[in-house]
Amino acid sequence: MSCHDRILLDDWHAVADLEQLKSGAHLKTELFERVLKVSIQPNGMPAVTLCAEGRDLPVQVKYGFVWTSLGTPDRGIIDIPEALEADRYLVSGGSFPVKVSGLRVVENFLDMGHFPFVHTGWLGEEPHTEVAPYQVELTSDDEIIATECFFHQPVASPTADGGIEVEYKYRVYRPYIVALYKTNPLYPDRMDYIVLFIQPVGPESCVVHNMLCYIKEGMSEPDIRWFMQLIFAQDKPILENQIPRRLPLDPRAETPIRADKVAILYRRWLRDHDVNYGAIPAA
Amino acid sequence: MIKLYDYELSGNCYKLRLLMSFLGVEYESKLIDFYPGNQHKSEGFRQINPLGQLPVVDDDGLVLRDAQAILVYLASKYDASGKWYPRDNPALLGQISQWLAFADGITATASAARLHDALFYTQIDVDAARAGANTLFRILDEHLYFAEEAGQDWICPGDHPTIADIACFPYIMLSEEGGVSRMDYPAIRRWCDRFKRIPGFTVMSGVFPAGPAVSGSIVSAA
Repeated sequence: MSCHDRILLDDWHAVADLEQLKSGAHLKTELFERVLKVSIQPNGMPAVTLCAEGRDLPVQVKYGFVWTSLGTPDRGIIDIPEALEADRYLVSGGSFPVKVSGLRVVENFLDMGHFPFVHTGWLGEEPHTEVAPYQVELTSDDEIIATECFFHQPVASPTADGGIEVEYKYRVYRPYIVALYKTNPLYPDRMDYIVLFIQPVGPESCVVHNMLCYIKEGMSEPDIRWFMQLIFAQDKPILENQIPRRLPLDPRAETPIRADKVAILYRRWLRDHDVNYGAIPAA
Repeated sequence: MIKLYDYELSGNCYKLRLLMSFLGVEYESKLIDFYPGNQHKSEGFRQINPLGQLPVVDDDGLVLRDAQAILVYLASKYDASGKWYPRDNPALLGQISQWLAFADGITATASAARLHDALFYTQIDVDAARAGANTLFRILDEHLYFAEEAGQDWICPGDHPTIADIACFPYIMLSEEGGVSRMDYPAIRRWCDRFKRIPGFTVMSGVFPAGPAVSGSIVSAA
């Protein structure tokens, strides 16, 4: 199944972590099942070649990642002001291949209901399993925002010292790019920021790149990375055991509950934008 | 205090976290950025372990590498009951050593397949690694089946698990991340559930706790 979704083909996708690329000089990867060679040129700039055709693809470096597009990008890479704030770290927690549709990864990222069961003792714990009602909206910029998401978390962040009531804000920028803002335990008026740049490798496989913009005060880079990997590796086996591996877009598939409000809008938004890659289209 | 050079996603580090949790031994984790930082291959870390591998422990100046070797050391030193590594039982010690070596084979196969699939170790021949893992799992599954038939719960004879169980557990439990299913190994699956119910059991990312145990009366009624 090759990708025919213009909105995806004409968009930018992260395909390599620049630091990783520098340590190995070049790597082979896939985007929409097309094999790419990502390399560093003598001038230090990365190049991306579509192997089957020997054609060079457009390249940008942003947020520490190499981005490319298989089509003709008609909009830029997303703008993340948080990444430019001097008092925040800008750390990659490592890129991880996952054998499931990237759309499933987005939806799991948006879900608070699994915290007590998958991230037991960290992002949730029984019996505090209720997901309180929250707000969801589609913005004028065509992004999905979920706000007023509150959850009690035993260890909410690398610097957490005991349980706190955490406020989340979720944001879906593009079909395969999702972020969250989350209460910083030391600065209740500021939020840490985590974004996933998901590289669609195939309809049922992806590489999850991430960028962690934590407030520096009281935090160290190794701790940020450790925490991100700890949490993500708890999600991974759950994600890889989801059946079907692609995200069903039919409203009658996988009956949602109230806590899935943001996922319901996400699936509808994917349908409205004719995103079928990584999905099971609605009948 | 014992210092463990540690990486959360390493099954070999997890072996030591497990034993120290079973024994109630306190330790301090020194986090090594294995991925993506490759810190275990750095000049600095090679001063600690020239092989550039995790885990390493430093116990009051004694620096040891190799998960199996460290299991032997920690159990010998800190297990007052002597059950995890019974130093006065030559036959059992021989069997434990045999399965510790077997665990190294699991690392070379099941763990290698996981590194390939999960952490971009693309140079690994993943088909060979998976085939090797299946060969070992088949052998262990048969061994555990006959052990169960003889009324034994653990890899080595006796009424208590040994460090052989600890050494084999992590990369079996994580095998699906490398595309090695445990579907065909029912005795291994039952052993994994028993292992998860050992008092003091702790999880790592990718390993989940056992569900509530089925009570004995239900088992005998069935």
